[in-house]
Amino acid sequence: MLQSTLDGILNSLKVFQPEITLTVVLCLILILDLILKNRPKIIAWSLFVGLLITGYFLIQQTNGLTISAFENMFLVDPFSVYFRMLIILTSIFIVMFSMMSGELYNGKRKLGEYYIFVASATLGMFLMSGAGNLLMMYLAIELTSLSFYILSGYKKEVPDSNEASLKYLIYGAVSSGMMLYGISIIYGLTGSLDFININKAFQVSEVSFLPLVAANILMLVGFGFKISAVPFHFWTPDVYEGAPITITAFLSVASKAAGFAVLMRYFFTAYYNPVASALSGSIATLSGFDWNIIIAIISVATMTIGNFIAIWQTNLKRLLAYSSIAHAGYMLMGIVVLSNEGIAAILIYFAVYLFMNLGAFYIVMLIADKIGSEDIESYKGLGYKTPFMAVVLSIFLISLTGLPPTAGFIGKLYLFAALINHQWIWLAIVGVLNSVVSLYYYVKVFRNMFLKNIDEQHNEIKFNAPQIIVALLLVIPTLVFGLYFSPLVNLAQASVSILGLK
Amino acid sequence: MELQFLNIGILSWITFLPIVGMIIVLMLPKNKWNAIRWTSAIFTGIQVVLAVVIFANYNRALPGVNDINSFQFVEKVNWITVQSFPWVGKVDIDYFVGIDGLSVAMVLLTALISFIAVFASWNIDKAVKGYFALLLLLDTGMMGVFVALDFFLFYVFWEVMLLPMYFLIGIWGGPRREYAAIKFFLYTLFGSVLMLLVMLALYFSVTYVDPATGEKVHTFNMLLMMDPANYEPNSLLAGLHTFWRYIAYIGLFIGFAIKVPIFPFHTWLPDAHVEAPTAISVILAGVLLKMGTYGLLRISFPMFPDAMVYFAIPLAILGFINIVYGALVAMAQTDFKKLIAYSSISHMGIVVLGMAALNTQGVTGAVMQMFNHGTITAMLFLIVGVLYDRAHTRGLNEFGGIANQMPKYTGIVTVAFFAALGLPGLSGFISEAFAFLGAFQVFRWITIASTLGIVITAAYMLWTLQRVFLGSLPEKWKNLPDINGRELFTLVPLAIIVIFLGIYPSPLIELMNSSINHLVNFVSNGAGIPMPKP
Repeated sequence: MLQSTLDGILNSLKVFQPEITLTVVLCLILILDLILKNRPKIIAWSLFVGLLITGYFLIQQTNGLTISAFENMFLVDPFSVYFRMLIILTSIFIVMFSMMSGELYNGKRKLGEYYIFVASATLGMFLMSGAGNLLMMYLAIELTSLSFYILSGYKKEVPDSNEASLKYLIYGAVSSGMMLYGISIIYGLTGSLDFININKAFQVSEVSFLPLVAANILMLVGFGFKISAVPFHFWTPDVYEGAPITITAFLSVASKAAGFAVLMRYFFTAYYNPVASALSGSIATLSGFDWNIIIAIISVATMTIGNFIAIWQTNLKRLLAYSSIAHAGYMLMGIVVLSNEGIAAILIYFAVYLFMNLGAFYIVMLIADKIGSEDIESYKGLGYKTPFMAVVLSIFLISLTGLPPTAGFIGKLYLFAALINHQWIWLAIVGVLNSVVSLYYYVKVFRNMFLKNIDEQHNEIKFNAPQIIVALLLVIPTLVFGLYFSPLVNLAQASVSILGLK
Repeated sequence: MELQFLNIGILSWITFLPIVGMIIVLMLPKNKWNAIRWTSAIFTGIQVVLAVVIFANYNRALPGVNDINSFQFVEKVNWITVQSFPWVGKVDIDYFVGIDGLSVAMVLLTALISFIAVFASWNIDKAVKGYFALLLLLDTGMMGVFVALDFFLFYVFWEVMLLPMYFLIGIWGGPRREYAAIKFFLYTLFGSVLMLLVMLALYFSVTYVDPATGEKVHTFNMLLMMDPANYEPNSLLAGLHTFWRYIAYIGLFIGFAIKVPIFPFHTWLPDAHVEAPTAISVILAGVLLKMGTYGLLRISFPMFPDAMVYFAIPLAILGFINIVYGALVAMAQTDFKKLIAYSSISHMGIVVLGMAALNTQGVTGAVMQMFNHGTITAMLFLIVGVLYDRAHTRGLNEFGGIANQMPKYTGIVTVAFFAALGLPGLSGFISEAFAFLGAFQVFRWITIASTLGIVITAAYMLWTLQRVFLGSLPEKWKNLPDINGRELFTLVPLAIIVIFLGIYPSPLIELMNSSINHLVNFVSNGAGIPMPKP
């Protein structure tokens, strides 16, 4: 008995290498920071190397491995590997951004802790993507959120940043409380916290409908908070605007990805119907509980409200905040179809979204450091002051709109393809009309950059080589995946298998 | 017939040469205006040469339309392959281009108009480098739309045009350029997202059997989408005359109708035209509008013959509204450019009416009108540009007696105006006559009512001629210089084509004849119901 438990733990540890590495790196930089006292460059580079090593171990797991570690606490399957790769890639970019951010290095701020919390947030999101147990899931979400509460308030001297932190904390606390309540109801109904066991319990016994719906709505509050879905999105604009822009970018990509990972895993696994799912590619729900209808409604609300409010924004960070709400809405459409195609579409979308959204935030950060403002008004004539960065930003915005030949188009194409193939035509129509609306506010940005103040004298704004290289690292995939997307799609389609599902 | 250079077919060259030109333009220093202009001129010039080569080598007997073997200059290369999984089939997207009688005239037109547009842009004086780079990118997008035979490729080219067009209107346009540019952008995007959904629905409905593996593969190949046998039973668009097929046809129609533009989707056009710089108006009217009608002929009709016939009468009525409404509104204009813009709407209505008839004369008239309107309207916009460059106003009522002041100019204007109002002996007459002839056999009363548009067109054209060129010359225009060499160079080739095709239209008709016969038979036979009888 003891022997088998030990064996289980040892076997689990083997597939836990990336997380162990991350933990070790976290501890190392913590100590390093104590010894070195405020040498952020060294801390940043150590974290950078640590993340690369973690990434290396993660790539070792991309062989289609499907293992449940620590008694289903943590699941290593292609789905979680894919999400963890997205998260590690985002973290690497965020560390690079942070090293270049004038906003962070301004003043006498201690930055050691900043990188430590970036590492702990990454660890938290890793655990979220693989969590197979409600308790594990809750703890991972808390680890992530706590790190982000601190990070979003990192510009201590700026009132907005304090507001962001406090707002995020309050919303986070309330929604995690609700989620906990939901978890306890689920536990009461099924007697288990393990996704797969919950599913088994649902399969054998009839569960009363009302508590089940109530529990899941409460759970959705927690998930909705993480992915900033309407109506749980109210924190997003303020936090995105107040937080350091590197953290905003981090939140908008990695945190959202982890939220989606855990949301999808929970709903797909717990309400999986193995009998009806025999049809290839579809994932049927247990009879009587069509949770995807709730998601469809949330999806429509999220993209519509996100897009329409974005139209009136004057601050670019806030605009991107609402646009990222809208993008969460698009991606939720992929869940609604309840099929591997939908999952694959979300995975593709996230990879694309990573490059284009990080890219947009990155350019906004660089430009804010130079001109001291994130207002769309202050972007007037920018296309003539720094043509390269303005064109690159335009490419990201076009990609966010979803026009070919950029990668954003491929993301949308696969989402709509999944919807059309599963005959969710009304939802597809709502989705495409929303992308037309989104064009309007993205265009505002490049209208200001290129169409305004053409005739004035322009002082050139210069950027250094590393800044340009990072921009290229983000813009090249955005263009290449738009014209040649087979590698991305192949990878995403190979990564749809969630442990516990056929 | 294979025409290749460096193992790359002529259609790829003609499509992507402007991109090469764009890259060279981008590498030139930004104050070398002449180098930038001449690079653009050379690359579009080579395009014209290639277009002539295509014209000379094009086999007039092959029909094309839905038969891959009778397409010409075909290139088909695998572009994207996504391996299959148990739950999703293989995805194969080809780079697949080729031309037939429907597209060859449009390829010639695009090459010609782009070349002329470069010279019409000669006096652009702000951000010259960006202007020509975008113009060349636009050129590639337009050419690509006409040669693509894969729906995915078609869609990519279709969308690639939007952004250059937005900037070309938005940066180099008139006072209300921002409004016009965003309006154009939003309208067109709205249409094209609907097209995207229909494209996906078609994709999931159509399969072919992969000869290598024997598995069924979904495809974006347009030619396979035209064959009812390839539709999977129980798929969304299977069968004939189903609800979803009608919806898909309407979705696709809106996408194309916005581009044409067909009433009530036309309101972006006058704004875009008025604000756009001359060369961009020329491209817009000369080529972009034709994409809408081309799309209807290439995609909507052969893929949805049932819906086409079912909606033939509404389509003809829309054509009628375009003709008469466009002409009436044009009559009320006092802005020269707006007048030409509304006359475009009216003339594109003739294309719509002609193709709604779905007989050889009607469709021939429609395709000829696409070409002829492309040349005639290009002339008209160039003419407006010439006057505007000198007088800096387009108010029709501010002019008078220009004929004595600018005699050479007036000569060219007369040719263009008479061609536009359909005077026999000029190209506009032939295509309008064909279109009305075809339409009359099917929609008698609609056609009779539509001819009213011709009368109104004659009225406003002649009235404009009178207001601007005849009468007494106001004092302030006493020193307007006559048309210069560069401007003549842009107008004269078009005038020659207009006169030549007016007297001897056979070269143009021969190009498209066999394809149109084939298209008409194919669509009528595929519909399952007869065309409505008068």
